[in-house]
Formats: sequence, C-alpha cells, structure tokens
Amino acid sequence: MAENTVPAKVENRSLETRDESRYLVPPVDIYETGKNLVVVADLPGVDKDGLSIRVEDDILTINGKPHDGLPGDAIGTEFELLDFYRQFRLGEEVDRQKITADLKHGVLTIVLPKVEKAQPREIDVRVA
Amino acid sequence: MLTFRDALRDMEMLRREIERTFEDYGIGRWTFPFSRYSFVPAISARSYPLLNVSEDENALHVEALAPGVSPDSLKVAVTGNQLSISGEKAGLGKDIQAEAYHRNERSAGRFVRTLDLPADVDAGKVEAKYSNGLLRITLPKTEEAKPKQIAINVG
Repeated sequence: MAENTVPAKVENRSLETRDESRYLVPPVDIYETGKNLVVVADLPGVDKDGLSIRVEDDILTINGKPHDGLPGDAIGTEFELLDFYRQFRLGEEVDRQKITADLKHGVLTIVLPKVEKAQPREIDVRVA
Repeated sequence: MLTFRDALRDMEMLRREIERTFEDYGIGRWTFPFSRYSFVPAISARSYPLLNVSEDENALHVEALAPGVSPDSLKVAVTGNQLSISGEKAGLGKDIQAEAYHRNERSAGRFVRTLDLPADVDAGKVEAKYSNGLLRITLPKTEEAKPKQIAINVG
C-alpha cells in the first residue's frame, strides 16, 4: 500500500497571491493482519457528517471537515483546524466491496479486507 | 522549455518541501501536533495537548486537540488560577507486531498540561466536554472578573 499524497491543491495555487487552499495531512498508522489492512487516522474535530471516504480508480481518499472553533474572542491559538485530506493507492489485494470504516473520539479506523487469494494460507505437509 | 516562470514555481515548491521536512521534526515555525515527536519529553512534554483559548464577557473557553484519548483517563482540574488537563492516549495494542506496520505516524502516551488562566474563574461551575477528539472546557468568570460598564457622566 503506497502513499499517494496528492499536492494538487498546492500546485494549482498562483504565485502572485498568498491565497492558499490549505489542508492538513492527518497522521496515520497502517498495519496488516492476516485478513485485513487497517488504516488508523487522527481526525480531531471531524464528525460523521463532515467525513467522506471514497475509493475511485484504486485511490482511497479521506476528506474530513472539522466543525467550528471556539466562541468569543481568541486570546491564545496553538492550532488551527483546516480540512483534512489524504490519499492512498490501494493494491490488488484489497477487496473494494468490503471496506468498512469506524469513527470514534476523532480517530478513524478503516478496515480493508484482503481478497481471498491474498490471504496467507497454511499448507499442510504430508509425510509419506 | 523551462521558462522563468516555471523556474520560480519550482523554487517555491522546493521551499515548501524543505519547510515541510523541518516541520515533520517539530522544529518548523508551525509545529502542528501531527509529528511523531509529540510525546518526546524534551521537545513537547509540556505542549500536549495543544490548546486554543478564547474569552467572552462571561467565560473563558479552552479547546484541546486530543484525538483518540480514552474519556475515562481524561482529568480536568482547576486550582486557583491554574487549569490542568491530563490523560492518556492509548496505542493500538501490543498484539500488533512491529513488522506488521506499514506506517506508524500517530503517537501515544500519557500527558499532563497546565495553563495559567488569564482571569479569575468559578471553579465550581467549570464544564468540560469531550467530543470528536476535542476537549472543550468552559470556565465561567467570577463576578469580580466580569467587565463592568461604567456610566459616563456628561457634564
């Protein structure tokens, strides 16, 4: 599973203006079990409605919109929540139809099951 | 053919690339918490979670960026003028072998952070809510700390 972080928005920006379409790249853990690939991403401030996960042309896209900030006048700002955006290229071994996702406490977990033939198999050795 | 404009664009992209590399190590001008060094004591033991603070007439509002923290471990305390937030962000578990990881960018661990509040607050009325990985704390000001409108006499 190779990363495909497309900086498309960055490249489309003109040099003349400082107007940026900025976004955040969420940090992820990706690990593999016998049957699945699991992607875990931190998306603080994003709820179910603001989250979109798409698979298109072998590309998995995570797009999250965090909700609004604090009321009142800001007196100290250490972080800024922008839209989250990250893409990954899926390998042949992922079963596209069976991908599931779960969002809890700002952490997104995507389970990508492997197709049957990509799952490891134990081969019995017969002793004659 | 490479035009002057393309060269400028390339230079701008290179500059960004370099900046981003430094930011990955938490030494950029904008150290967003998303670096794997978020829990390295020397660098950031006292700056996790990151906080935004705002104020209106009646209260102070604090928002902490803390995705994936188990709500049971979260503790918010107010002592005098100091707000303290502690908790633990759990890892994914020990049953995942190190070699099973393709990427490991998220960090985990315990944290404690204290903040000096810029106004007197009523400790008994502080409210905290954890949702979507953000901890929001509302700290109502004491009557003395609220702004008072002074009537101006026009002579």
